[in-house]
Amino acid sequence: MNRKMVAFFVGRVLRIEAALMLLPTLVSVIYLESEWIYLAAAVAISFLVGLLLSFRRPKNVSFYTREGITAVALSWILMSIFGSIPLWHAVGHIGFTDALFETISGFTTTGASILTEVESLPKGVLFWRSFTHWVGGMGILVFVLALLPGASGENIYLMKAESPGPSVGKLVPRVKSTAKILYLIYIAITITEMVVLALTGMPVFDAAVITFGTVGTGGFAVTNNGCAAYTALQQGIITFFMIVCGANFNVYFLIVAKKIKDAVKSEEVIAYLSIYATAVVLVAINIRHMFPTIGEVIHHSLFNVASVMTTTGFATADFDRWPNFSRTMLLLVMFIGGCAGSTAGGIKVSRIVIGFKTIKKEFEHLVHPRSVRILKFENKPIEHAVLRGVNVYFLTYFTIFALSVLLVAFDGKDFTSTVTAVIATFNNIGPGLKMVGPTGNYSQFSAFAKYVLMFDMLAGRLELFPMLLIFMPTTWRRQR
Amino acid sequence: MKIIIVGCGKVGSTLAEHLNQEGHDITIIDRHQEKLKFLSEHIDVLGVEGNGASVSTQREAGVKDADILIATTNSDELNLLCCLIAKKAGNCQTIARIRDPEYFNEMRYIRDELNLSMVINPEQAAAAEVARIIKFPSATKVDTFARGRVELIKLTVPEGSKLDGLRLHDMDSKLGCRVLICTVERGDELLIPHGDFTILAGDAVSFIAPHSVASAFFKASGTKISNAVRSIMLIGGGKMSYYIAKMLEETKISVKIIEQDFEKCQSLSEMLPHAVIINGDGTDKQILDEEGISVVDAVGNFTGIDEENILLSLYEKSISKAKLLTKINRITFEETIAGLDIGSIINPNSITSDHIVRFVRALNNSRGSSNVETLYKIAKGRAEALEFRVRDDSKVVGRSLRELNLKPDIIIACIVKGNKAIIPDGTSVIEKGDFVVIVSGRLGLNDLEDILA
Repeated sequence: MNRKMVAFFVGRVLRIEAALMLLPTLVSVIYLESEWIYLAAAVAISFLVGLLLSFRRPKNVSFYTREGITAVALSWILMSIFGSIPLWHAVGHIGFTDALFETISGFTTTGASILTEVESLPKGVLFWRSFTHWVGGMGILVFVLALLPGASGENIYLMKAESPGPSVGKLVPRVKSTAKILYLIYIAITITEMVVLALTGMPVFDAAVITFGTVGTGGFAVTNNGCAAYTALQQGIITFFMIVCGANFNVYFLIVAKKIKDAVKSEEVIAYLSIYATAVVLVAINIRHMFPTIGEVIHHSLFNVASVMTTTGFATADFDRWPNFSRTMLLLVMFIGGCAGSTAGGIKVSRIVIGFKTIKKEFEHLVHPRSVRILKFENKPIEHAVLRGVNVYFLTYFTIFALSVLLVAFDGKDFTSTVTAVIATFNNIGPGLKMVGPTGNYSQFSAFAKYVLMFDMLAGRLELFPMLLIFMPTTWRRQR
Repeated sequence: MKIIIVGCGKVGSTLAEHLNQEGHDITIIDRHQEKLKFLSEHIDVLGVEGNGASVSTQREAGVKDADILIATTNSDELNLLCCLIAKKAGNCQTIARIRDPEYFNEMRYIRDELNLSMVINPEQAAAAEVARIIKFPSATKVDTFARGRVELIKLTVPEGSKLDGLRLHDMDSKLGCRVLICTVERGDELLIPHGDFTILAGDAVSFIAPHSVASAFFKASGTKISNAVRSIMLIGGGKMSYYIAKMLEETKISVKIIEQDFEKCQSLSEMLPHAVIINGDGTDKQILDEEGISVVDAVGNFTGIDEENILLSLYEKSISKAKLLTKINRITFEETIAGLDIGSIINPNSITSDHIVRFVRALNNSRGSSNVETLYKIAKGRAEALEFRVRDDSKVVGRSLRELNLKPDIIIACIVKGNKAIIPDGTSVIEKGDFVVIVSGRLGLNDLEDILA
């Protein structure tokens, strides 16, 4: 373990975070709020700590998988701590735990809130809360990779540790250029949505905040009732962009590179859209009596399924009051989540597809014990390591899930609330059912349960293993 | 630049590493998923699995936008096919590694007819390196122009050399041969010398000359005589030893090859009438002593086994003062081996990749400036050596150099007409289709006409 190099990277991340926090500070100054001082203080503190950690590039630059994983996990924890400074101080009544919960929920694009009412927050802080979605959506280390010059060796390890999905592919030969392309696509989508929403008459501040919530698939909104206050057209636009950001960004790269044929053939995106369409139809049939017109039924079904499946967590209606079938359906798509290489959370469509193919292969093997079949995904044979990774992922996923439910159950809340709170945070969605439903929030949990849920959010965003590995003593041992 | 490398063996991966460090975008094609994965985890490159000679694989690797394709698989035929297809599927420069001496002898035809940019033979390149070390022991750097017909050589003038205190005007009369000294680095200073310039010991002198003239110049300038190699013993009769012996044939250096395999000895003897071929085990101490290992001027340990080569060199070091050359194929323990006192380390793979890197660098430097064929930065980037192809409408055509009004700090170092390279004087005339090598202290020349004041 090369601790100096890890510290160096964490320092870089904190410096970038300081730079990113300048934007909400500016917003705060524009709105003439007195709270800008807290944002500015947060900028100063993270910059100084960052500078201290990354003042000089260490002499020993060996950087392998374990350093990459540790750097990513530590960066996320530290940037959440520093990012919570504005919330902690600017919002009078919440403590450090709550501020940290809110910030982690932001960075991991969960959107689970402990705030009982959002409207009274200063604009600058509100902006920062949603901006964390945007930063966390594509990943801050990917951002660092895109911006900073560095030796090439270490980059692939960082990207591997932060990017969602079973196997990380580069778009172009260089990690740096890949990161740049991803961020350019991301920024283009962001600006498009912001402009379109503003054109429909949404206030510019709202448009920005909602856009960050959508493209990062986070779910923090401007008001407590999420997106219910907006017009059907605006909700439609938001639905569209949620779906766009839940799809694999490689597809957009293929489109930009004029390989439309390959883009259309993407197995994962086809599966993703099919699952979405099926869920929408089933939910729509189930809730057909709850709204006056068929148009509204379809509209709400489209919005809420998209919101839950892409793990955004906006709501136009309180789906907690929907019939049991729809609620269960929504819980199921929560687990599936978006595509690999998107900003969404969950298990990821590609893992589900690969998982099903493995099951099918096993069936075939039972019938024809000597059958040989190479599994293919996206027209390529699946490597053994990837298959094994997917299987282990499922195992680990459900182990963490069960343990978290057990720990949160100490609080003595009802079963549905407890389980869906874990589902909603672990898959980075936000709202669950009952107490933590679209109209509820997480404020009533004990500090202990909140820390468990924070761990779940980080583990869910970073694909489980980085958060587990930093607890292993062998990771930290100095190499001899 | 975007570069595709086919095959990630030793040469392929070394190349990928070096070219990646120089800022190029590398895509590697290989059949073996495992190797690719290992490589792309250590180096920032993109791996594509598949047959490098298939169009669809090449397309996937982005041959359409690629600038160069380098084929370094084990098979000569596959390499050629890769290059052929890349030329048609994309429009890139192609480089092939060709090992078989049979093909390599027809290299010029293959290269020109198949439109390859460069053909490289690791053993031959390594042999050339060995020959250079033996023939020009003091040359520190060699680059080539006009597809290898002209060399840019840099050497540091040693004490007691004939060059020490030589005025350039007197070179012809004192040495009996003439090369064009382009740049002289004296301390931190870079000088573009004129006729009345005097060379001193310690100067780093760069000059451009066809190969034959260069060796004559080295001979004539005669660095310390005791340094000169008159006899060499090569242990192991592989391809490399063959090429070395072939290259040294014209010189007066006597070559002795020790080879275990009798049939190989026979064919070596047939191909190398001037060399002495000994059939015996090169690792047998008695045979070595018998053949006079302690009295030869240089020993090349070129068996197929690295460990043997190292041991042999260590032994020879202990009994003689001969110049040692040791072939090492695996470079994993480079530092450790460099720490052993066993003379010059010859690694065919890294020599090959060095050559290709140099070629790519020259190509990269000359990109964008339309008429520059090759460009080398010399003297730490303070001067440039450029090669131009002369177009018919150029203003410099058809007039003798004396009549041309050149800018200061510019030297026309060499004119290549067809296969012949000449060192120009005032009466030389540049004609259409010639290659002209210019050395300039001012950077950023784009066209041959830029040299006119």
